[in-house]
Amino acid sequence: MTREDFKDNEYIDKLVEELNATGANVMVGKMDDLINWGRANSLWPLCFGTSCCAIEFMSLGAARYDMARFGFEVARNSPRQADYIMVQGTIVHRMAPVMRRLYEQVAEPKYVIACGGCAVSGGPFKKSYCVVNGVDEILPVDVYIPGCPPRPEAMFYGLMQLQRKIKVERFFGGANRKEKIEEFFKQHPEEKGHIG
Amino acid sequence: MSDIKEKISKVCPSATFEEGENLLVNVPEKEWYGFAKKLKDDKELDFDVLSAVVGMDWKDSIGVIYYLTSTSHNWDMIAVKVVCENRDNAYIHSVSDLWKVANFQEREVYDFFGIKFINHPDMRRFFLRNDWVGHPLRKDYDADPKLNPIRLDDEINEDDTCSYVEENGEIVRKPGKVFGEDDYVVNIGPQHPSTHGVMRFRTSVDGEEVKKVDVVSGYIHRGIEKLCEDLTYPQILHFTDRMDYMSAHQNRHCLCMCIEKALGLEVPRRAQVIRVMMDELMRISSHLLSFGCTAMDLGATTAFFYGFRERELVLDIFEKTCGARMSMNYNVIGGVIADLHPDFVKDVKHLIEIMPSRLKEYHDVFSNNLIAKNRLVGVGILPKKDAINYDITGPSGRGSNWSCDCRKKHPYSIYPELKFEEVLMDGCDSYSRYMVRMKEIEQSIKILDQLVDNIPEGEIRCQVPKIIKLPAGRWYQQVEASRGTFGVYIESDGNKNPFRVHFQSPCFNLVGVMDLCCTGNMIADLITIGAALDFVIPDIDR
Ligand code: SF4
Repeated sequence: MTREDFKDNEYIDKLVEELNATGANVMVGKMDDLINWGRANSLWPLCFGTSCCAIEFMSLGAARYDMARFGFEVARNSPRQADYIMVQGTIVHRMAPVMRRLYEQVAEPKYVIACGGCAVSGGPFKKSYCVVNGVDEILPVDVYIPGCPPRPEAMFYGLMQLQRKIKVERFFGGANRKEKIEEFFKQHPEEKGHIG
Repeated sequence: MSDIKEKISKVCPSATFEEGENLLVNVPEKEWYGFAKKLKDDKELDFDVLSAVVGMDWKDSIGVIYYLTSTSHNWDMIAVKVVCENRDNAYIHSVSDLWKVANFQEREVYDFFGIKFINHPDMRRFFLRNDWVGHPLRKDYDADPKLNPIRLDDEINEDDTCSYVEENGEIVRKPGKVFGEDDYVVNIGPQHPSTHGVMRFRTSVDGEEVKKVDVVSGYIHRGIEKLCEDLTYPQILHFTDRMDYMSAHQNRHCLCMCIEKALGLEVPRRAQVIRVMMDELMRISSHLLSFGCTAMDLGATTAFFYGFRERELVLDIFEKTCGARMSMNYNVIGGVIADLHPDFVKDVKHLIEIMPSRLKEYHDVFSNNLIAKNRLVGVGILPKKDAINYDITGPSGRGSNWSCDCRKKHPYSIYPELKFEEVLMDGCDSYSRYMVRMKEIEQSIKILDQLVDNIPEGEIRCQVPKIIKLPAGRWYQQVEASRGTFGVYIESDGNKNPFRVHFQSPCFNLVGVMDLCCTGNMIADLITIGAALDFVIPDIDR
């Protein structure tokens, strides 16, 4: 896809601007490019499908859509081998601590994609007594893919956005990202004191 | 029906009756257990299937409505209503020793309404965390998010359970344990790719042999039944597509039929035919997915690709007519939402044409494969009498040679006119269940073949009132979904939103036999047994 085909280039531009402002060493910069190129083209997802959206993700893995073309096909079942979590489906209260723990088990650098209305905002179940209204209440999310379920093409679009994001990042000394994540968790502490 | 009334009056003189769609029997709580025993054991009544257990909150009292079916008497259904006046200390006698299916059902009622079941062996919550405050489906439930915030601390593995027993006329709580002191417990799930979703099994093993499976559910419990109570009838339709997403059309068909029945609407013939065709296409797509997943669980990834290849054809048909590959939202009250796409007939004919050869391919690649047979034949035995007792319907029940096809037993829509066979196999094992699915694809193709050239012209929707209000009353409707008998219970108080909606999902019962089927098998077979039972988790948790 060309740059014009992507609908939202502002945040990528902002990232690039940030990078330019802080400046990068030529050597390290080149290394960054190389490593990021490799990273972006072999993104291994952690299968985290709780419901309907997961079935569409399976179609992505089958022959017609074939996500192996982009290097996404090595779906891992252990968080320790994965690069990003693709949250497909509703996250309910009982699942929230499990989700958080899985996230913590993924090795850095790690990313989260919220795939489908449920993961973005709670979707059709927003008003329910036990549905988390979007994974971004418990995890820092990098890419949102709307849809109920998103079409396979939409999922690809989202995955490619993640690739672009990775490509402009600094692998060496990429402390900014980590700080942001730490900041997020400071704002979303674990609920300790129980009521009742 | 009056016949049944007489018989019931004979065994339980204090029972009172309410006429309705199904005969409703009011029984005082004290006599319920004795009455239930007679209902089941008396040869003249012989209600051997407990089809649904619906917890109810009528504001001034709470209770349970049981739907019972007698397979030997023409699949007649009755409802039994048991009421507790004391809302805060509600007790009802458990019938989980008579109908094993009641075990989980009663735990669900306890979770939702706080009704405790006397003599139930394992009175724990089923869907919600153990530290959840309140019982959400009660009308006086406090939904304040402060009481139940998103808790991010890990749940403690509760081994403690309890049961309530009567001693000297008083009800006492007896603590118990799920697993024994020396049991070696392995945790499987909730994030495990082969549980087909987010199911969690705590499994005690002896070496490699499974001794007990404790099902921990609720990792995708979305509270659909409660959500329905605040929405209007057209607004609740979309939930059915998202429960068992592989039976989206059938489930929605069921809910629409239930509402149409209450309103007395006549659905145009064209819409009926379209609905049935969509149902069968959905069944094919579901069984194909099931085939693919069963194969993949055994490590046969190629077979998975084959299954998905044909499934895409079905999805294309859906996409053209309904506008979506999944969550189609196609049935509406009174008919269907949009007319067929011009390509529909052509596409369906193409599918009918190629499917037989593709099925042969599957059988060559997988069904007759030695490894597949070793892993499936004779594994996960579910005898017929248990299938009935646990109310295992659908392909899994028919793999145990139980004739339970709702399309034949409670015919609905245009099914009585169609020629198709109910596939039965008597292996009672995983392989039979798997083969029933493959053969059902053939039958669905046969149904499509009969209809594809006979789609009548006409309306696709009948006239429905702008604001849909159901008259006061209760209705229960069943259809044959991809995985078994799916039931919808609606109780209305005359308003534009339902007073209570209950979905009786086939998968809920399927997961109930995991313990029975897996005990004595190898732990590696737990995965294939689950795959052959083929449950969809959001359908269990709702
Ligand atoms: S967004 Fe829609 S399709 Fe995806 S999990 Fe939620 S309800 Fe299912």
